[in-house]
Amino acid sequence: MTVRTIVLVLAAAASLQAQVTFDRVINADREPQNWLSYSRTLDNQRYSPLTQITTANARNLQLQWVWQSRSLEKFEATPLVVDGVLYTVQAPNDVVALDAATGRVFWTFPYQPSPDARTCCGRVNRGLAILGDTLFMGTIDAHLLAIDAKSGQLLWDTTVASARDRYSITHSPLVVGDKVMVGTAGGDGPIRGQIAAFDVKTGKEAWRFFTIPGPGEPGNDTWSGNSWMTGGTGVWNAAAYDPETNLAFWGTGNPAPDWDGRSRLGDNLYSDSVVALDVDTGKLKWYYQFTPHDELDYDATQVPVLADITFRGQPRKVMLWANRNGLMYVLDRRTGEFLLGKPYVKVNWMDGFDHKGRPKRVPGKVPTPEGTLIQPHVHGATNWAPPSFSPRTGLFYVAHWENTATVVVEGLSPRGASTNNARQTTMGQVNIQPFFNTEDEAYGVVRAYDPNTLDPKWEYRMSDITWGGVLTTASDVLFSGGKEGYFFALDARTGTLLWNVSVGGQVNAGPMSYSVGGRQYVAIAAGSALFAYALPPAP
Amino acid sequence: MPLATAALFLLVVGLFAAGAPLSAQHATAFDIEDGGRAFRNSCATCHGPDGDQVAGIDLGRGQLRRPYTDEELVGIIRKGIPNTPMPATNMSEVQAVKIVAYLRTTAESRRSASVAGDASRGQSLFERKGECATCHRVNGAGSRLGPDLSRVGQVRRSVELEQSLLDPSAEVLAVNRFYRVVTRDGTTVTGRLLNHDTFTVQLLDSKEQLRSFVKADVREHSFLGTPMPSYRARLSAQEVADVISYLVSLKGRNSR
Repeated sequence: MTVRTIVLVLAAAASLQAQVTFDRVINADREPQNWLSYSRTLDNQRYSPLTQITTANARNLQLQWVWQSRSLEKFEATPLVVDGVLYTVQAPNDVVALDAATGRVFWTFPYQPSPDARTCCGRVNRGLAILGDTLFMGTIDAHLLAIDAKSGQLLWDTTVASARDRYSITHSPLVVGDKVMVGTAGGDGPIRGQIAAFDVKTGKEAWRFFTIPGPGEPGNDTWSGNSWMTGGTGVWNAAAYDPETNLAFWGTGNPAPDWDGRSRLGDNLYSDSVVALDVDTGKLKWYYQFTPHDELDYDATQVPVLADITFRGQPRKVMLWANRNGLMYVLDRRTGEFLLGKPYVKVNWMDGFDHKGRPKRVPGKVPTPEGTLIQPHVHGATNWAPPSFSPRTGLFYVAHWENTATVVVEGLSPRGASTNNARQTTMGQVNIQPFFNTEDEAYGVVRAYDPNTLDPKWEYRMSDITWGGVLTTASDVLFSGGKEGYFFALDARTGTLLWNVSVGGQVNAGPMSYSVGGRQYVAIAAGSALFAYALPPAP
Repeated sequence: MPLATAALFLLVVGLFAAGAPLSAQHATAFDIEDGGRAFRNSCATCHGPDGDQVAGIDLGRGQLRRPYTDEELVGIIRKGIPNTPMPATNMSEVQAVKIVAYLRTTAESRRSASVAGDASRGQSLFERKGECATCHRVNGAGSRLGPDLSRVGQVRRSVELEQSLLDPSAEVLAVNRFYRVVTRDGTTVTGRLLNHDTFTVQLLDSKEQLRSFVKADVREHSFLGTPMPSYRARLSAQEVADVISYLVSLKGRNSR
């Protein structure tokens, strides 16, 4: 037996659905055919090393299969693919295992959330995590479930927080070593946000970090009175993990009540922040607050993206963040140091940073009884949808919105600032809605940003806004989609449209790519269905 | 007591006669807008969009049976009036205050409301001199190009109708926008915009044909202003009032 044959045999054995060790998850680049965590790698680059689909042949992509979910909720999950098996979530919380090559179902795990679950913004789920033969899912009634990946049977069910008290979980868990971590959403209500770690085998709690410090803890004095007890600060989105520092990075949501900060004077730490937690202990190592004392519901619920770049001539381990507040950031991910920040859309609530990276607020740009025009819109310049970083191009790719604004009134829900009842930046929905807006009433873009300057290199413009994520590949193809119900491929170097298909429903998820049997697939959820595309088989 | 009579007790004459209105002191334009939305969703079912469909009560003009303070009206909106069809609601105080603010503003704006109209004359003007059916449809007759007005009396207040007649460009709902396409062969197609996206546009054209275009395949495409003319110079004040009366009477197919 030759060495090459041995390698092939080993590779074949690996494809026989071996257990997903943490070593495999953390070294996901060794197996480009798989997609082992929410953004494929724990740095959240959402970058696939697969190269079969190229800028030259992407126009030949063909539909391979469609899987229709039994759900009328938005389909926001990014699937996992492990050795030919695709796992995804039928909203709100059914887990489905499919043949990744045909879309045929192996099993379905049904879950009925408590009727107490009252989630903001849709009964959605954004994905799963896997370790060994176990899938992990947070639920909208704030449970964490462990499910057998082969049989679809429940292994354990832990209550993370009380659904009755408006806690929920919407994002994919983070698995590191023997711990599985989740954060609690619901921060537009009177919760106190939490991030907790559990033993992967038993579901037993290992530690719990409150996103609002309690009495006696640093930062508690940034909340007036007892406002810390109900100050929101939920966690809505996937974390990133850096193995060098053993830190997990979580974005946190807005302080509550959302549009009236008079009852919670102070900076309201750690709302609208990124918190870096030691995975072993749950201790806070550093934080950076994007929007101190937020009264505009800006959140900081984006997916943190970690990258090793040359920044100002020096190699730097950074975190890239396109925030809902209209500002884009480069932070040092080891220390939280603010390296660069800049508006990437029209922003009127701040006009610069101090030397520590604290935004300088423009006086008067706060909620008033009469209403104040604020840019960007309350839904933000971008929201939860995952961006991408390509180590090949060195560019940071973000799907977001331009020309957005909102009128914010003290204590009341904000209103779109556009005229004539045009729907400016409505929430994503399942089906395509008739669209009548002009450019002045907001539009969507995919833009490629240079992390050294945060200046855009190119832009691909859509008529409507987008709640879709971005995927890039090692052959410089970028995939994305939007509210208009198109799924498309761009040249990641230039933004040139390569391919476009109508998927008949809104894209509310991030694209992903995998391969089975030597064929590269790219999958996207749209409407209530999951679509998989590939090139025609070689003749 | 018949229902209609009982309903007289809902709110009684003199809405503006008593007390310093809380809502007038504090209401913002947005409160009033919210109040109008809540009124149309919850109250208009019985009271009508102008608040005048319960006999003897005209909420839109502040005609009630006796003076009420804001607090009393808020209480009535929330708790109802026992032994009458006016039900209790689950509205918050804030919502109820906004409805009161909306009704006061509406009544204020109608104080200047001019001439009483005649719906029959209005229908005649609509169909002949005004040439309204060239673009609008009522109960199956007329063009589909503009908004169908068969139910307009249920969804629009007379002040809004007046604005649309006299100053039609002041506010055009996004769903009523017009669009223009010039095809490669130079043909111009205009029509009501039904939908558009990055790649395509869908219209109901001036010949009432459903048309879809790929933007990349046409020479030009753009939004248009409203084709609705102003009737300020074309109709007298009395005629405008007559047309508004006719439109207000349109409550649905064959309702007249």
